[in-house]
Amino acid sequence: MPERPRWRSVIPVSRDAEDLNRRLLRARDAMDRAYAEPLNVRAVAAVAHVSEAHFIRSFRAVFGETPHRYLQRRRVERSMFLLRDTDRSVTDICFDVGFTSRGTFSRTFREIVGEAPSDYRMGHGPMVAPNCFQMAFTRPRVAAMQSSSFGDGSAAAAP
Amino acid sequence: MINKLNVTSVWVLDKEEALDFYVNKLGLEKGADVKQGTYRWLTVRVPGDPGVEISLEAPGPPVQDEATAAQLRELITKGAMGGLVFVTDDVRGLYETLKKRGVTDFTQEPADNFYGTDMGIRDPFGNAIRILERKVAHKAKA
Repeated sequence: MPERPRWRSVIPVSRDAEDLNRRLLRARDAMDRAYAEPLNVRAVAAVAHVSEAHFIRSFRAVFGETPHRYLQRRRVERSMFLLRDTDRSVTDICFDVGFTSRGTFSRTFREIVGEAPSDYRMGHGPMVAPNCFQMAFTRPRVAAMQSSSFGDGSAAAAP
Repeated sequence: MINKLNVTSVWVLDKEEALDFYVNKLGLEKGADVKQGTYRWLTVRVPGDPGVEISLEAPGPPVQDEATAAQLRELITKGAMGGLVFVTDDVRGLYETLKKRGVTDFTQEPADNFYGTDMGIRDPFGNAIRILERKVAHKAKA
């Protein structure tokens, strides 16, 4: 586990915090569902009914990474799935999962996975686990913080 | 030898709200509903399958101290507490039914996979629920 658990051991969490958690989870679900679309942080923050700045800050506090980083790892995970399970071209897959430039996709993929998409495809075949398990457990753990087409790249580096 | 799963439980924030969701939205039926003092033994189950009960459990005293209960509630609302998987014979039909009943928290609309077609929703508290329509041809081939 790279991230330390953030729960507080003795201070009861208020109902407000639980309600915020639930809304942030709904926004995270929206990213998992709509990763292929051109999402921006404003639209995802709206799902949680909070401002952009509050969304980025509280999402990071609750889930341990910025929304951008979460979405990036979801998109890369889905591209890994398509590379393993389909014959679609790397370029098609790049756009399938929501990247808008082949260069950004290849760079991000390499940063996160450690090899190029085509090399990853060579080394991996289809998995037999149900889709929901693949989405949950094969989303790569490390993500690049530099490139952001999502709008919170600079905030990602902020404290 | 163990013969069958009898009871499993799902953590909820409010038993009454949970009962409404699992019965009136998801379409399960109420099982046991027994009050003993302040405790309410409340279960739901798949209609026609009375052998497997899903106990709706709310964190709190006397089972958990208030601080532990708060931790559990935090994890529940983060979606970190696992969930349930159900089987249906018509997942797309059920998807439309759930939408009509006002379910909005779909984590995945019905999607085809090698093992069948499944969809995902969350209960009001954050628990994940998957619903699968098994692929019959796949089963026959095995």
